[in-house]
Amino acid sequence: MGEKSKGFFVTGDPLIYGADVAIIVTLLGIIIFLTVFKKWGWLWKEWFTTVDHKRIGIMYLVSSLLMLFRGGVDALLMRLQLAAPNTHFLTSQHYNEIFTTHGTIMILFMAMPFMFALFNIVIPLQIGARDVAYPFLNALSFWLFFFGALLFNLSFVVGGSPDAGWLSYPPLSEIAGSPGPGQNFYIWGIQISGIGSLATGINFLVTILKMRAPGMKLMKMPLFSWSVLSSCITIIFAFPVLTVTLALLFVDRYLGAHIFTADSGNPMMYVNLIWMWGHPEVYIVVLPAFGIYSEIVSTFSKKKIFGYKSMVFSMMIISILGYFTWVHHFFTMGAGADVNTFFAITTMAIGIPTGVKIFNWLFTMFRGRITISQPMLWTIAFIPCFVVGGATGVMLAIAPADYQYHNSYFLIAHFHQTLIGGVVFGYLAGLYYWWPKMFGFKLNERLGKWAFWTWNIGFYVCFMPQYALGFMGMTRRVYTYGWDMGWAPFNMVSTVGAFLMGIGFIFQAWQILYSIKNGEKDVTGDPWNGRTLEWSIPSPAPLYNFAVIPEVKHDDDWWETKKAMADSQYKKEPPQYEPIHMPKQSGIPFIMSACWFVVGFGFTFGWSYVGLAGLLGVGLCLLARSFQQETDYYIPVDEVRKTEASLGRVG
Amino acid sequence: MNKRRVAWYWKILLLTTVSSLFLSGCDRQYLVFNPAGPVAQKEYDLIVLSAVLCAIVVIPVLALLFFILYRYRDRPGNKAKYSPNWHDSKILEVVWWGIPIIIIGILSIYTAKTTYTLTKPPVKDVKPITIQVTSMDWKWLFQYPGQKIATVNYAEIPVGVPVQFHLTSNQMMNSFWVPELGGQEYTMPGMAMRLWLQADRPGTYYGSGANFTGKGFTHMKFKVIAKPQAEFDQWARQIKQTEKPLTMTVYKQLAKKGLAEKQAFSSYPAQLFTNTLNENGGKYMDKDMKHGKSDMPAMNHNDHDMSGMEHKGE
Amino acid sequence: MNQAISKHTHEHEHHHDTFKLLGFWIFLVTDCIIFACLFAVYAVLRGHTDGDLTGKELFEIKGFTAETFILLTSSFTSGLATLALHKGKKAQLINWLIVTVVLGLAFVGLEVSEFRTMVHEGASISTNGFLSAFFTLVGTHGLHVSFGLIWMTAVILQIRRHGINEKVKEKVTIVGLYWHFLDVVWIFIYTVVYLMGVM
Repeated sequence: MGEKSKGFFVTGDPLIYGADVAIIVTLLGIIIFLTVFKKWGWLWKEWFTTVDHKRIGIMYLVSSLLMLFRGGVDALLMRLQLAAPNTHFLTSQHYNEIFTTHGTIMILFMAMPFMFALFNIVIPLQIGARDVAYPFLNALSFWLFFFGALLFNLSFVVGGSPDAGWLSYPPLSEIAGSPGPGQNFYIWGIQISGIGSLATGINFLVTILKMRAPGMKLMKMPLFSWSVLSSCITIIFAFPVLTVTLALLFVDRYLGAHIFTADSGNPMMYVNLIWMWGHPEVYIVVLPAFGIYSEIVSTFSKKKIFGYKSMVFSMMIISILGYFTWVHHFFTMGAGADVNTFFAITTMAIGIPTGVKIFNWLFTMFRGRITISQPMLWTIAFIPCFVVGGATGVMLAIAPADYQYHNSYFLIAHFHQTLIGGVVFGYLAGLYYWWPKMFGFKLNERLGKWAFWTWNIGFYVCFMPQYALGFMGMTRRVYTYGWDMGWAPFNMVSTVGAFLMGIGFIFQAWQILYSIKNGEKDVTGDPWNGRTLEWSIPSPAPLYNFAVIPEVKHDDDWWETKKAMADSQYKKEPPQYEPIHMPKQSGIPFIMSACWFVVGFGFTFGWSYVGLAGLLGVGLCLLARSFQQETDYYIPVDEVRKTEASLGRVG
Repeated sequence: MNKRRVAWYWKILLLTTVSSLFLSGCDRQYLVFNPAGPVAQKEYDLIVLSAVLCAIVVIPVLALLFFILYRYRDRPGNKAKYSPNWHDSKILEVVWWGIPIIIIGILSIYTAKTTYTLTKPPVKDVKPITIQVTSMDWKWLFQYPGQKIATVNYAEIPVGVPVQFHLTSNQMMNSFWVPELGGQEYTMPGMAMRLWLQADRPGTYYGSGANFTGKGFTHMKFKVIAKPQAEFDQWARQIKQTEKPLTMTVYKQLAKKGLAEKQAFSSYPAQLFTNTLNENGGKYMDKDMKHGKSDMPAMNHNDHDMSGMEHKGE
Repeated sequence: MNQAISKHTHEHEHHHDTFKLLGFWIFLVTDCIIFACLFAVYAVLRGHTDGDLTGKELFEIKGFTAETFILLTSSFTSGLATLALHKGKKAQLINWLIVTVVLGLAFVGLEVSEFRTMVHEGASISTNGFLSAFFTLVGTHGLHVSFGLIWMTAVILQIRRHGINEKVKEKVTIVGLYWHFLDVVWIFIYTVVYLMGVM
């Protein structure tokens, strides 16, 4: 087992040394930059202590893009290793670590924060609110995610990365199968950020239920808000299961308990529990993407969304049905014909509401006027990709056929097709769509097209061959293979595709940097001729979002208002400002999450006193918050008027 | 490397890619598409059926998408109908709730049928044999309760005879997969999972572990060799006569983490399989079953009366 | 989209109180799921004693009956505290909360001594599957109670400092809700773990 040193720092691999140097140089660079330009205070005041949902959203976004980069690099390393037979680029141990971190990062530290970024940036604006229900908790959620992700990524440098797969089945993930701190990093990294996710779920559910602008009945709510509502409900029921499962695994590892061990416990129970979270989790991330597509399709077809009620109904069905399909992840564990048949049918049944949504999107475009701008481009690419991914999903759901697909590259191709084609394309579409609202300028169109085409062509080149590899008997998580099976050509093609997607990501990074300098400014606040409330306010939105809370009368309210405004009879009433009630900034979320980091770090290495000291810190932070009396303030009318005037909104 | 060599390499690569993409649809390399027995055949039929049914939906949807994109683009002078407020149609909604429901309905029936069929022996009139499989880190141990022999990393089976594999693991969960004979089943500590497979033509079939078990996982490959009954009997007799026995000492050595060569043993400790089960929590499975918590088959049979038994609810 | 009238801003403020309570109810749902999972794990592992002592031999009826009695009483006194809150009687409110905290402390003390005795008898969390599940389930509840004690103490100090105002009212209501919830969970533990264990 030579590669993995027993020391504190991970050593022994030139790749890792290279990465270490890169990390240290970058960190030093950031620190020097902040010190030289005297930006520490700015960072603390404007960002670390903020409770503004828009800024929190941006921090989520930046983190998730960084994590997309790391997860992507992991993917490229794997594809390099698999490009040709008998490659010795990575050792087995290193490869195992990389696929484990790739999966974990992409789902938990890329998709989740990307999704929360869009929740934060869009939801309050879209429902006409000034913030979320619990702004303090919102900041806490972000910093918990941040420190959880930091802890998880730290495993790369100290202690060693987890290597038991992204869902870490016992007995392999037990202390006997995975000694060393790697697996503990996994547990604590996810656990800390998971608490944040759970809090976000509660936060946005209450926000949507309680803080909609007057007149916005649930059935007048934009579909993205509906999708977030259904996703939050799913989070609330799924994430506690993850919390318990990981806690129990840690109890096994740390206290020598026998909950999931093979001898006296029951490993099968872990598999059940983790998928009771794991399956709903994929609906958690895909439902908001459905919401994004709905907004974009309608906006860029200049037409009302088709079958609104059907859309709402199908999302709610998906979030409920999503709880009754988890066994399809282990049809091959011999649960018995009755159980398998039941779960096969529930799984296939999810295809029904999903199919309905596809038809509704198509018929929203039908008899519309379609403009193909960047958000729409990704939406259009999503449809064929997700239809095929959904079809292979139905094929996988057929239990007896699944015996042949399970754990093969067919499965890998399927879930990448739904997670990239469904989730990532959706979030990217959302990113392009709401980018002007976040930053006040559009992203460059030409570079965006380059990014789009390299991403898309790369995607098909990468994953279509993997379906074939599955039929050829190639199983997931093998770190190398021989010439004898005929897997070589497809693997080479797949690697080429992966690198094309990597180039697509570089184009996007370039696009963002380029547009920061040269991007077309959005002075109207409504660059796409939008339909919902977020487009009625300036870009970027002022601190308080709405100077006056709007009163909603229609679905697609802003669209209708614009129509009314075009009428010559329209008379604009002068706005009546009032002092605006806002939450105060707080450093506690940051400090408390840092304490959680200490807890995680301590227990990861079995240093109980460090862990307990961290817990003490967490407790003190909670008490400090509890004793705080003045947590809110008012923005005076004068200031609101001044801000609005400077945004050109008073007249 | 000079330029011409590089160009040549790329040409070869391109050729192999294109040829494997288009020409080798029914190549032997597509193991799942080459069923060598009734179990794999049934699964293959289901794969084809589901692919066709899915295509019936997917292809029109894609066609519709491209048609709509072409027809309703927002360009000057587009004469296609534009109805910005048309957002509801009961008939259309019924159609696209209906189509998937029908297709899923059809698939459900076939799924249920096949799922139940596969828990029974593929043919009824031939007496089946049993092979006990233990996945270890990182090798496969096969025990033949009928022949009282054992092998490592390969198994031989008689052609035309249903084989019931009893699968377990001495630690990590793996999955036993021989694509040309049929789909996989997990090997799990403390449980004896049942998997029926059968080869209808002689040959050597590729098998592998399909569930990740750590460092040596990639190398957990094995061969299943199917030969006529007489030759199989001959092979078993030969093992019995020429190979060494699998003693507890040898077994303990074998059970250590590491890779192993192909091996064969003339005998194995009685109750080895049952003991492996019990050490890994098998002792609790019976009780759980009585409580109705799990429908795993009972574990505490003697080794010899297991062959040919039919179990419900596997 | 018309300009909203001034009352919305004020309503908005008042809503903040009910938000917290609603959010806390949803939090309780998630906590419920956590306990449900732990109960399920316990149900599966109940019989996994590896031939060691079972619940019948380990659980002492006197001990867990006392724990139950004390916790139920503390739930009652926390209810009395809420009554005092609604009547606006500060001293009474504080006194009942103190009684609740003292009873909670007694409960935690008893539980700790119960665990200690078991460990002395050689029945620890690492002994077998049954005990692992037992200690995690009952221990998680115990940790919840301990957390509640610190929380309640903090609330008492705040009442002393600020008297009964809107914020304090909300805090007392929420901590009371939490306390009742723990009581309900305990009733399940009492039935599923202890009563079914000794029967």
